[in-house]
Amino acid sequence: MSTYAHDRFGKFGGRYVAETLMNAVLELEQAFLEAIQDPSFQEDLRKLYVHYSGRPTPLTFAKRLTEYAGGAQIYLKREDLNHTGAHKINNTLGQALLAKRMGKKKLIAETGAGQHGVATATVAALLDMQCHIYMGEEDIKRQQLNVFRMELLGAKVIPVTTGSRTLKDATNEALRQWVAQVEDTFYLMGTVTGPHPYPQMVKYFQRIIGDEAEAQLKERVGRLPNDVVACVGGGSNAMGIFTAFLEETTVRLHGVEAGGKGLHTDEHAATLSKGSPGVLHGTYTYVIQDEYGQIQVAHSISAGLDYPGVGPEHAYLKDSKRVKYTAVTDKEALEAVSLLCRYEGILPALESAHAVAEAIKLARKRTKEEIILVCLSGRGDKDVETIRAYKGEKK
Amino acid sequence: MNRLASSFEENANPRIIPFMMTGDPHLEVTVELIIELGRAGVTAIELGVPFSDPTADGPVIQAASERALHQQITCYDVLQVGKAVRDRGCNTPLILFSYLNPLLQYGLQKLLQDASEIGFDGLIIPDLPYEESSEIRELCMQYGIPLILFVAPTTKQRIEQIVKESQGFVYCVSSLGTTGIRSQFAPEIASFLQTVKEKSPLPVAVGFGVATPKHVAYFSQYVDAVIVGSALVQLIHEKRESLLDLDKRSYALQDIIKFVKELRK
Repeated sequence: MSTYAHDRFGKFGGRYVAETLMNAVLELEQAFLEAIQDPSFQEDLRKLYVHYSGRPTPLTFAKRLTEYAGGAQIYLKREDLNHTGAHKINNTLGQALLAKRMGKKKLIAETGAGQHGVATATVAALLDMQCHIYMGEEDIKRQQLNVFRMELLGAKVIPVTTGSRTLKDATNEALRQWVAQVEDTFYLMGTVTGPHPYPQMVKYFQRIIGDEAEAQLKERVGRLPNDVVACVGGGSNAMGIFTAFLEETTVRLHGVEAGGKGLHTDEHAATLSKGSPGVLHGTYTYVIQDEYGQIQVAHSISAGLDYPGVGPEHAYLKDSKRVKYTAVTDKEALEAVSLLCRYEGILPALESAHAVAEAIKLARKRTKEEIILVCLSGRGDKDVETIRAYKGEKK
Repeated sequence: MNRLASSFEENANPRIIPFMMTGDPHLEVTVELIIELGRAGVTAIELGVPFSDPTADGPVIQAASERALHQQITCYDVLQVGKAVRDRGCNTPLILFSYLNPLLQYGLQKLLQDASEIGFDGLIIPDLPYEESSEIRELCMQYGIPLILFVAPTTKQRIEQIVKESQGFVYCVSSLGTTGIRSQFAPEIASFLQTVKEKSPLPVAVGFGVATPKHVAYFSQYVDAVIVGSALVQLIHEKRESLLDLDKRSYALQDIIKFVKELRK
């Protein structure tokens, strides 16, 4: 690996892409750094966040869930109340504005659960850009509603039939298509992974989650949280909420991966807990792989966490022990869905339910004075079929 | 002078560098193919290591990679193929072609040590751009294995730096996109190849999409060698049944060699 530099998080990160893409990632970095220095870009983005997406999103004190857990106070950062139903729009608005500024006419993106695809299709419609979304055939089956939403928004959804037919392979295909059309096409990556500058750029556009939550908590209770909990697939909502607190050493940070059927099985997506360092999709990070370096299929009930890689900054935060990474099983996540529905009247995305499950466990170990901040990254409407099917099986 | 450089000297244009996916359809077949291709006078042979996520490859090589993985071909097997052909007296330059991750898990130092002992003559890593290559380049130099770098039509002002640091030869990507047979190439390609050729102290080879004698003749006007991947991989796949049948193998091998020889006409 080359010497540590601005494009790395410790030894992780970098840009392991085909030479054909190098000029594009270098141009992108330049354009991104210029844009964020430009007050008019910032003002355009701020306006979209406020008048289009509905920011700031609320901070909800989960009173009944707190009573149920019987320990620390649980606060939910309500990214589920964003336009399109998840935090993904924070990033797609930022990147699409940047794409427009760079004179690109076409957006391409990968999607797993379909949330990033919907958020990309949405901004493409808003900013009058062409949009192609690559989605694994398996995910298309699991998330039909989101496929239809993307098509309604004018995007073309292209099924990916190679490999595991999920997010990993959709990302491969989006990268291949980007290589072929790099001159007029902007690759709108959905999470904090991929070649530099994507991990830094996506984090930049997502950090508003934690910045807002910190200010909201200070206003409401006058202090910082004791624990912050977020689910980690690629890791964008987690980087989004963690970033504001990284320097606050009293705040404990928890990343929750998808434990699938359990970490003792091969069916999980717990990249940080069970993986090892390697290169996938342009970055050096933790990946789930065999001893020969072949990337393995991840498993989770939640299509959005079903990814055998993770953002390189998470790899760094794991090794430096700043963030504790744990895993929650499919079963525990489903229980958390029911609990949040019954106690708070909130249907969380299966992804976010992993964070809720971990927060309940943590709350039980903490005193009533302590505060746990949870990133409720998305709403669960898209998962109703999956949840119903699972509950049906159990009967 | 090393084997790769000598081969460029000894062979005349049009020089052909075939690419094969190791173990597709079988390791034994790969060994035979290398020996026959060597006899047919190819300038070097690229031996692919399969990878689960080959993002620089089009459908043909993706499928070959999947088939090789299905047979559990690993980096170790590819090195052993090299050893087998060297043991049989084959002196054709061999270039290991692999995505970075399988090499990292094998261990870079061990890989280069083994590759050098066996008698490999170069290394190509399609997801290792110049900017990430310094450490591996140094290791490669230490073990005397040239690290061959890519330039693409989008490389622009970085060409100069890359051709200076590449070893063995410079790998020119013919056009945007992944590997795979192309029917035509953009007219701007000629001036791009001329630019690279002018700036490069090393031989220049062009690849991605080259499939016919016409393509070979066209590119040989501008550069020192052409790399033929998908077209050959496709042909090998079409002949897999004969290649796997000991009674029919030699005929299938002859057909494949004929295809490669005809590329030079």
